[in-house]
Amino acid sequence: MKPIGPSHNSSSEPVHLPDQAEQLNQMIDQMGNKMDRRTFIQKVMNGTIAGSLLLVFPLTADTFVPEEEIPGVRNEPYDIFDQHFAFVVDITRCIGCGACCVADKREYNVPDGNYRTWVERYVKDLDDNIHVDSPNGGLDGYQTPRKDLDDRTRDTFFVPKLCNMCKEAPCVQVCPVGATFKTPDGFVLVDSTRCVGCAYCIQACPYSVRFINPRTRVVEKCTWCYHRVRKGLLPACVEVCPTGARKFGSLKDETSEVYKILRGEGVLTVLRREMGTWPGLYYKGARMEVI
Amino acid sequence: MDAAAMGAAMFGSNYVFPNDLHVHWSMMIVLYPYITGLVDGAFIIAALYYLFKVESLKPVARFSLLFALAFLCCATLPLLLHLTRPERNLNMLITPSPSSAMAGFGYIYAISMALVIFLVLFVYRPDLVRLRAQSSGKMKLIYRALTFDSKDLSPRALEIDRKIIKVLVGFGIPVAAVLHGYVGFIFGGVKANPTWSTPLMPVIFLFSACVSGISAIVLAYIVIRKFKGRTIDAACIKTSINTLTGFFILAFTFEMLEVFSHSYLKTGYHHMVEGLLNGPLASSFWLWQVKIGSLIPLFLLAVLTLIRLKDSWYTFIAAVVSAILLLQVFIMRWNVVIGGQLMSKSARGYVEFHPVWFDKEGIIAVIAVMIIPFVILYLLGKIFPFWSREEMV
Repeated sequence: MKPIGPSHNSSSEPVHLPDQAEQLNQMIDQMGNKMDRRTFIQKVMNGTIAGSLLLVFPLTADTFVPEEEIPGVRNEPYDIFDQHFAFVVDITRCIGCGACCVADKREYNVPDGNYRTWVERYVKDLDDNIHVDSPNGGLDGYQTPRKDLDDRTRDTFFVPKLCNMCKEAPCVQVCPVGATFKTPDGFVLVDSTRCVGCAYCIQACPYSVRFINPRTRVVEKCTWCYHRVRKGLLPACVEVCPTGARKFGSLKDETSEVYKILRGEGVLTVLRREMGTWPGLYYKGARMEVI
Repeated sequence: MDAAAMGAAMFGSNYVFPNDLHVHWSMMIVLYPYITGLVDGAFIIAALYYLFKVESLKPVARFSLLFALAFLCCATLPLLLHLTRPERNLNMLITPSPSSAMAGFGYIYAISMALVIFLVLFVYRPDLVRLRAQSSGKMKLIYRALTFDSKDLSPRALEIDRKIIKVLVGFGIPVAAVLHGYVGFIFGGVKANPTWSTPLMPVIFLFSACVSGISAIVLAYIVIRKFKGRTIDAACIKTSINTLTGFFILAFTFEMLEVFSHSYLKTGYHHMVEGLLNGPLASSFWLWQVKIGSLIPLFLLAVLTLIRLKDSWYTFIAAVVSAILLLQVFIMRWNVVIGGQLMSKSARGYVEFHPVWFDKEGIIAVIAVMIIPFVILYLLGKIFPFWSREEMV
């Protein structure tokens, strides 16, 4: 074994490196021997010219188009009557960072105090008491534990909330002017040019995901980022979720994660099943206390 | 999660969904069923006379029609003030969604309005023809228009009028019942709100509407006649109070039935509503609506119906009980409309509602909306005399 570098050891025994490190050293030595000044300048110039060409070549509009995230939407004819999307929230993965809420607020410029999506923090104690909070809708992330609870904690978890995209949507049923409607591909949307602001849909929504935007004076709610989905992109909250707690995809695509989750083992639930709304939003790992 | 678990889950936490902090249906939506209720009750009085021939109600029959018309004119005003986009209100009629309980209101309202207007014109026709002959200038023109330029007061014409009035009132009763039962159903049809979603809601609304309308007629009749220094028809007040008693017993029974049946069943629903009635609504429900607004009037109505009293005392107590019942129905509307929203759909917490003075749905606006029908009634009184000639004493 060949020692490397000056010996830090004052003793006469040399320090030996493992074989792989020795080989690596040899390779570096060889490269160093080949790379004279001329070669080095040549390589730098090549890199510079190649990089500069980026500025010279005309850039097309789709140069910076993000990669398709929902396969089969962008480059194929979109049959609006033959789609089936699903949203899955995996509660066991949510860390309450609030990135989804921030992304949503930025995507839609949501006014303060109103929430298209939010994250709740559940704390369960040994007496089965449930303590829930959602300061600022979880927008700031849950950076510190609750200090106002004395009971011994049994379980804690975060629950992201958003539109349930009900198949039997009460909001669609009650809207007196047809401003809230269901698209053939299963999205419940609001036509802001028709809404009269009666707030009947707000009363009817069992999940309280609707609010009146004080700027536009019409009702607003989560759309699962329909504008992004139609471009083959994931909803903003799904895109930014660092732990994959929010998942979205097509159930027509058997390779999609949501398809595999819905087909796979494990218990999925929906919120307020007794309301008969048939949500398209599924929860994985949701405890029975989640409302 | 089932309802029982939801009820149990609310203990130990006071969590309100972030979008539930704001009470979206506030005082204007309290006024809306209150005003339509007054219309309905007043119409019932007119119907009792014109259709069911309850002769003792003759002194208030015409007046109650005008009263109904004046309030019906303002029934949509609270809704307009409530909409965040009032300029789009006609969308309700232009692009109605047939699945919505709310979409039909415009049509039902329009039918009610047409019925009441025609009723007033036919009931008042003999007076209008007479007044046309006595008046001049603009008033003469108004009377000409209101009588469709007809001066025919022959027995045959009056008989046709009588038949038309009967038919109109006959249609009017179901329309009035639908108008207000339907308003109750707007609330009863909201399954997301456990305090609203009960089939009893239209029934409760309908009976309390009759209570408020009859109370308003009794009080207005007594106050106006006293103010003008005219006699008060004791038989008329007595019949009105008896009718009022019947309707109020029904209304109060159903109101309490709703609470007590769920209280006995002890479902998750009860646990949530129990917290509401004993929490944010403790004062407005138990004290004001039940004790002051219902038990005291029940006692007073028992006194009026069971004990022989001097006419002056009877009239005085009748006015007092009517005033309390008008307040009771208003508080009941408040407790249903605003109270129902004080419980978050999280089923884990309650919110507070503090009325503001200066807002399009504020206290000043509420007072203004409640004054306007009286102004309209005053103006109507200039054209249509409240009392017939024999009652002008």
